[in-house]
Amino acid sequence: MSDSPILDVQGLRKSYGKLEVLKGVDLAVRERELVFIIGPSGSGKSTLLRCCNRLEESNGGAVIFDGTDITAKSTNINAVRQKIGMVFQSFNLYPHMSAEGNVALALRKVLKRPKAEALERARAALDRVGLSDKAENYPNQLSGGQQQRVAIARALALEPKMVLFDEPTSALDPELVGSVLEVMRDLRTAGMTMLVVSHEMRFAREAADRVVFMDEGHIVEEGPPEQVFGDPQMPRTRDFVSRIDH
Amino acid sequence: MEFILQNFFNWDIVTQAWPLLLRGFGMTLILMAAVIPVGCIGGLTVALLGQSRFRAVRWMTIIYVDFFRAFPPLVLLIFIYAGLPFAGIDLPAIVSVCLAFLLNSSAYYGEVFRAGIESVGTGQAEAARSTGLSGFQTTTYVVLPQAIRNVLPDLVSNTLEVAKLTSLASVVALPELLYSADMARSVTFNATPIVMAAVLYLVLLWPLVRLLSRIEHGSMSSR
Amino acid sequence: MNAEITQWDRFLASFFDLAVMQKYLPNIVDGFLLTCHLAILIVISGLALGLILAVIRAYEFWLTSWLIVVFADVMRALPPLVFILLLYFGLPGVGLNLSGYAATYVTLTLVLAAFSEEIFRAGILATPKGQWEAARSTGLGFGQSLAYVIMPQAIRMTVPPLTNRTIAIAKNTALGTVVGVGEILNQATTGQSFSGNASPLVLGALAYLILFIPVVIFGRWVETRFAWRRT
Ligand SMILES: Nc1ncnc2c1ncn2[C@@H]1O[C@H](COP(=O)(O)OP(=O)(O)OP(=O)(O)O)[C@@H](O)[C@H]1O
Ligand SMILES: [Mg+2]
Repeated sequence: MSDSPILDVQGLRKSYGKLEVLKGVDLAVRERELVFIIGPSGSGKSTLLRCCNRLEESNGGAVIFDGTDITAKSTNINAVRQKIGMVFQSFNLYPHMSAEGNVALALRKVLKRPKAEALERARAALDRVGLSDKAENYPNQLSGGQQQRVAIARALALEPKMVLFDEPTSALDPELVGSVLEVMRDLRTAGMTMLVVSHEMRFAREAADRVVFMDEGHIVEEGPPEQVFGDPQMPRTRDFVSRIDH
Repeated sequence: MEFILQNFFNWDIVTQAWPLLLRGFGMTLILMAAVIPVGCIGGLTVALLGQSRFRAVRWMTIIYVDFFRAFPPLVLLIFIYAGLPFAGIDLPAIVSVCLAFLLNSSAYYGEVFRAGIESVGTGQAEAARSTGLSGFQTTTYVVLPQAIRNVLPDLVSNTLEVAKLTSLASVVALPELLYSADMARSVTFNATPIVMAAVLYLVLLWPLVRLLSRIEHGSMSSR
Repeated sequence: MNAEITQWDRFLASFFDLAVMQKYLPNIVDGFLLTCHLAILIVISGLALGLILAVIRAYEFWLTSWLIVVFADVMRALPPLVFILLLYFGLPGVGLNLSGYAATYVTLTLVLAAFSEEIFRAGILATPKGQWEAARSTGLGFGQSLAYVIMPQAIRMTVPPLTNRTIAIAKNTALGTVVGVGEILNQATTGQSFSGNASPLVLGALAYLILFIPVVIFGRWVETRFAWRRT
């Protein structure tokens, strides 16, 4: 683990009209780290994640990724987004393209790779998530867990330096959750930097380097999983953990 | 600029043609008031017959609908107005117009209502019947209200089309808005009366177009 | 009994006079071909223009959006015949002579463009927001996301309403008869007034049935084939 963070969120603010959703968030993620964000519904977890690749414009503060402030207007955001993968709760696969088509699209149109090379890299990415035999299937011919793994492959194919996960397993039937977590475990072993919003507490305990607890637009507490789950310092964290951990 | 004003917005001609156009506008409103409700009822009848237990009846409604949808409405109108006299049936222009538009619009309304009725799941009818409602009651109180809500955008859109359809009556010399405007144009050799007619149509139909845009977008994204 | 037979004969003679039909058949065929190619031109240019306008509107610059909304509203609210007459009789006054054919073509193209722009736009808006987000998160730009991810889905969604609207507007080529375009209806009424017999009208009606019954049935098929997922 290197010391300087690859992602550095500084005093980030975000409002929707009058509603202030992020009230000055500071968060640093170092390379090869897996950081878990937990917190009650509406606390701003998704918003924080989406500000990290500017799907949401922030109203104050900065998000420094790999040395560039991505909130600056002058930043070429499309170039940055290649380097930050994102995985959504609802997969968001393109329904009119096969699995490999989904993965290859950005390789062809953003990285301008020739078709053959793009498809080859797409298949390699699908292989990494254990779906090399489903490359030609369309999203509606895949189970939820398989769809989510294709979405992960779509993010990985661009060889990002970091991947954001927004509740990647909460739209899945319980028996399909395992296959997605397994892929994430492999990614961690391979040294991928990951920022994950999820309610999979067992996975967090086992795999996370750090757990961040958010409430009402603030980071209330952060620390290693044993501490946040086992010995939370703040009353609000204690309250939240005691309610979810049974 | 002067030139364009002279040709399209000539104020003298506006004041001259105004009474004639106003009378034409009145006739247009009468036509709409006659054709739209009767066409709606005709279409509803067609759609309900299309749900009949008897296959022959269902097929006949399909043939009726497709037959009258295949004819451009103007063709239907000319056929009735200029063709029927050869069979010894001499209808006044206004009757020809109403008849042609009824045949045409009942076919289109019929399709809209059919789609609406079919969009209501059979479970609804079964639930209603299971509470002891008759077939007629089920249709009136359970199926149709949902059907109409489901196809409201298409109903509004079709009504807009029927309203615009009335302008075709000008072709058979029925003195409605467009006919009056064209008369005034041919007398004055100036396009201003047609511009006036266009403005009147816009005033009347633009709110309907706005309404349509609003409900159409809502309905697509809710699916 | 006798009287009935003569009635029937008279009916046949005025609506199905074979000699008259034979005489005017070539004209009706000419009209048929003209209707076909006018309709095809209108469909191609109207849909293309509608698609272009919908794409421009997707960028949501207030000025272009506003202009497109005004255009689409006016063309949807005006009866097409009014616009045809306006072009045909109005433009010569400012030194622009438009043939009846051109006036009909321009009018119906603009009407189809207006309706199809609205339909395409509804399709774009109905494509889930997550599709934009997924595309943008992989680094695709706005235009690329629109072209490769959103439009293919939007167009698929819009096939049924677009088909029906296109058929309805293609049928409006009959309006050209009012400004002297020699399409089917025009040939039929001309034949009827020259011959003093209704047989050319019957031929014209048959021509429309031959042309549009398959189209209407095709529209029906499209509607079931691409039926929208209802919730
Ligand atoms: N586009 C938007 N417009 C207005 N308010 C929004 C918008 N998106 C989110 N919000 C509000 O911002 C707050 C934080 O939302 P966010 O999605 O970040 O919460 P979350 O912590 O991810 O919750 P959950 O666990 O339910 O996903 C919520 O109150 C939400 O209603
Ligand atoms: Mg969330």
